[in-house]
Amino acid sequence: MTPSTTEAEVRLAITADDRRIARHAAAAIVLAIAEAAIPTPLPGVKPGLANIVVLIVLQRHGWGDAAWVSLLRVFAAALLMGQLFAPGFFLSLGGALASLAALAATSRLPARLFGPVTHSLAAAFAHVGAQLLLARVWLVPHDGVFHLLPAFAAAAFVFGIVNGLVASHFLAGAATPPRDPERNAP
Amino acid sequence: MKRWLGHLRAGDWLAMLVAAAAVAASLPLGWQAGTAQLAVVKRDGAVLAELPLDRPRRLQVQGAIGATVIEVQPGRARVAADPGTHQYCVRQGWLVRPNAIAICAPSHVSLQLKGREGGYDSLNY
Repeated sequence: MTPSTTEAEVRLAITADDRRIARHAAAAIVLAIAEAAIPTPLPGVKPGLANIVVLIVLQRHGWGDAAWVSLLRVFAAALLMGQLFAPGFFLSLGGALASLAALAATSRLPARLFGPVTHSLAAAFAHVGAQLLLARVWLVPHDGVFHLLPAFAAAAFVFGIVNGLVASHFLAGAATPPRDPERNAP
Repeated sequence: MKRWLGHLRAGDWLAMLVAAAAVAASLPLGWQAGTAQLAVVKRDGAVLAELPLDRPRRLQVQGAIGATVIEVQPGRARVAADPGTHQYCVRQGWLVRPNAIAICAPSHVSLQLKGREGGYDSLNY
């Protein structure tokens, strides 16, 4: 940050926490945007690559950081794609909130037995479950939406495991992301 | 592959098992909800016949310009014949989804499938 030029300038105190969250959120946003370009056979079925970042943040920095990253991702990705406050945004937000609730629950499980794959699966199922319920209650007031349940559940199963494994892979240090570019800090 | 499996902990296998069971359990749900139960034949909006989709049946109804033949087989129904010019409702073929509808406009006849909702219950059955 440049030195203040006027007395009236408002200075926000930026903590290391803010930087860390912003960096992870940026990574999640990039993955979410990239993923939006991937064609899918069924609207709403997508890998949820941004959740890999959320899983890593959950393990390394705890649930609070993960919640920040997840929700920043939802808002920023929607903003960038022109979907802010569109129906899809609320489905995304509902899914993210349900996932975070699931992560809050599974992160209490003993880490010796339950790893990122468990977290990822729980989050993925919570995500599609909340989205379908929200869609049923709000967008499509007909039980027809539950036709989609097997497809969504299967997607949650596959991508939940894959994302969990990828997150495990990074967490194991096999491909550690570059350390914080602290020299960019003021 | 082995390297990836190494990331799995004992509980993860359990979680995967539970998740797989959840997927399996969801399959019949989607399947069942997608089954039509009843074929409703109407002329000018008035119900002429309600045919359960559990046994084959052919039904001839008198439309505005002649006889329309409705054919029902287990789980599906179609307009087998209609005197209309364009034959749209006939060429639509078999209807299988609830609320699918074939309309023979010249005859004023429609054939619509109904699911569980729509006034059909096991008591009347």
